Amino acid sequence: MIIKQLSVFLENKTGRLTEVLAALGAEKINVKALTVADTSDFGILRMIVSDPERALHLLREKGFSANLTEVITIATPCEAGSFAKALALISEKNISIEYLYGFSIGQKAAIVLRAEDVQNALEALRNSKMDLLNAEELNNL
Amino acid sequence: MIWNSPVECMPREDLKRLQDARLREVVERVYYNVPWYREKMQKAGLSPEDIRGTDDLHRLPFTTKEDLRETYPFGMFAVPMSEILRVHASSGTTGRATVVGYTRRDLGMWSEVVARCLACAGVGREDIIQIAYGYGLFTGGLGLHYGAEKIGAVVVPVSGGNTKRQIQLMKDFGSTVLACTPSYALYLAEAMEEERIDPHSLRLRVGVFGAEPWTESMRREIENRLGIKAIDIYGLSEVVGPGVSCECEYQDGLHINEDHFVPEIIDPESLQPLPPGSRGELVFTTVTKEGLPLIRYRTRDLTTLNYETCRCGRTMVRMAKCTGRSDDMLIIRGVNVFPSQIESILLEMSETKPHYLIVVDRVNNLDTLQILVEVEELYFDKISQLQGLRDRLQQQVESTLGISAEIKLVEPKTIERFEGKARRVIDKRTF
Repeated sequence: MIIKQLSVFLENKTGRLTEVLAALGAEKINVKALTVADTSDFGILRMIVSDPERALHLLREKGFSANLTEVITIATPCEAGSFAKALALISEKNISIEYLYGFSIGQKAAIVLRAEDVQNALEALRNSKMDLLNAEELNNL
Repeated sequence: MIWNSPVECMPREDLKRLQDARLREVVERVYYNVPWYREKMQKAGLSPEDIRGTDDLHRLPFTTKEDLRETYPFGMFAVPMSEILRVHASSGTTGRATVVGYTRRDLGMWSEVVARCLACAGVGREDIIQIAYGYGLFTGGLGLHYGAEKIGAVVVPVSGGNTKRQIQLMKDFGSTVLACTPSYALYLAEAMEEERIDPHSLRLRVGVFGAEPWTESMRREIENRLGIKAIDIYGLSEVVGPGVSCECEYQDGLHINEDHFVPEIIDPESLQPLPPGSRGELVFTTVTKEGLPLIRYRTRDLTTLNYETCRCGRTMVRMAKCTGRSDDMLIIRGVNVFPSQIESILLEMSETKPHYLIVVDRVNNLDTLQILVEVEELYFDKISQLQGLRDRLQQQVESTLGISAEIKLVEPKTIERFEGKARRVIDKRTF
């Protein structure tokens, strides 16, 4: 499924990440997955949250530079080779993956990925009957 | 040695008569040849006959850098282009440069005043002068070049940069004079220390330094580290380039070549002339230039004038080292930078808003320029795209200003704002 990921621009300064997470926590917004891509002086925090629209509004109000990006979330069994199998479906179609992050809970694992061509990547996954997570399913993980 | 003692040591009454005659002549020339000046004078109800001498200077309109920009490129020239032999240019605030043009006589006059300056600095025909100012549109390199040729010194036109080669040539050729910005001189001293070359083992004895403000303590440091006498030379392209004024061996103020450039000190707020000795903005009227004569050109440099005869025998007025500006122009590594130039770059790029802070510092004696830019909207969430934006900004700044800058992307509202107005510049250098 395509779901909305929250991206936040952060300078490499002590405490900034905590501030973002505390702001979300105070508004009872649950962070399901998170990753930080960083360079020497800035980074981008990417998150899957329970209420992306509200979270975006909240962070912008607090003066953060934030936006929503469409990403695909795939559920795979938590076993060797399952990530590779899912990604092969996309690379076979010559669609490049811009970034991804994954996590596993118990018997299930999930991948959040941003492809160059989101629609075609999604189609490739659907045609192969991959288990795609929607926002609600993700929330219930 | 005094290059032209009949002029440089002229009694001040005679000098005044000479300035008066030349001023009447230049006012007539700009009135009849430059529509811009004619209009300005007519608006002020002035005709050329109203100006009898320098005592009437205050009645004439000012000329500013903005005026030159508005008439870009050649609108203020007082002669047909066929009479112009060369143009130079300095960077402008909004991408438009300030262009200056020289006739054959202007180039001759320029060489003459630079020759006077070099002689004033103690340079003669036995010297080997290494010119490490940039050659090109910037007036520094070529300006010094022709003056040095005129006095008959050996010219080494190495131009700016390439520190290793500068030191090599200094050693191999036995350069006795170095002409560059004072900060580059210190940088060279540092580089020599790193390469374990004792500057005192070189033949270098005089430095002719200018194009940026520097302090007495910086002078002492240069003199000690390089084992030379460090002389301050002043000029700006609009007036002629380097050669407007220069210190003599007493290093007690810069002698202005007053027979060509008539100075005034004004209050930058009220624009009224200030009495001798007051600190204010330096204004020049070029009384002999043909290509681009300027009436009451506002330099924006703050200084004082001292009319006492110098111990060296020169009667030409001395200006104190410039210590500040009456506008927001920064001089970074000898290059003029206006904050508005950076603002217009940010406005032109669709992904940025003009929320920025310029941080200037001096690290290891070289000016550094850092520009903090707020990332207002996160248009993309890929690191490579943000880095791309930063790189494009860096290239844009470098091509507009002519110097490199470090761009730092920062979070929105990081840059302090005072009563809604942001502070644009933090200059950590001490002059």
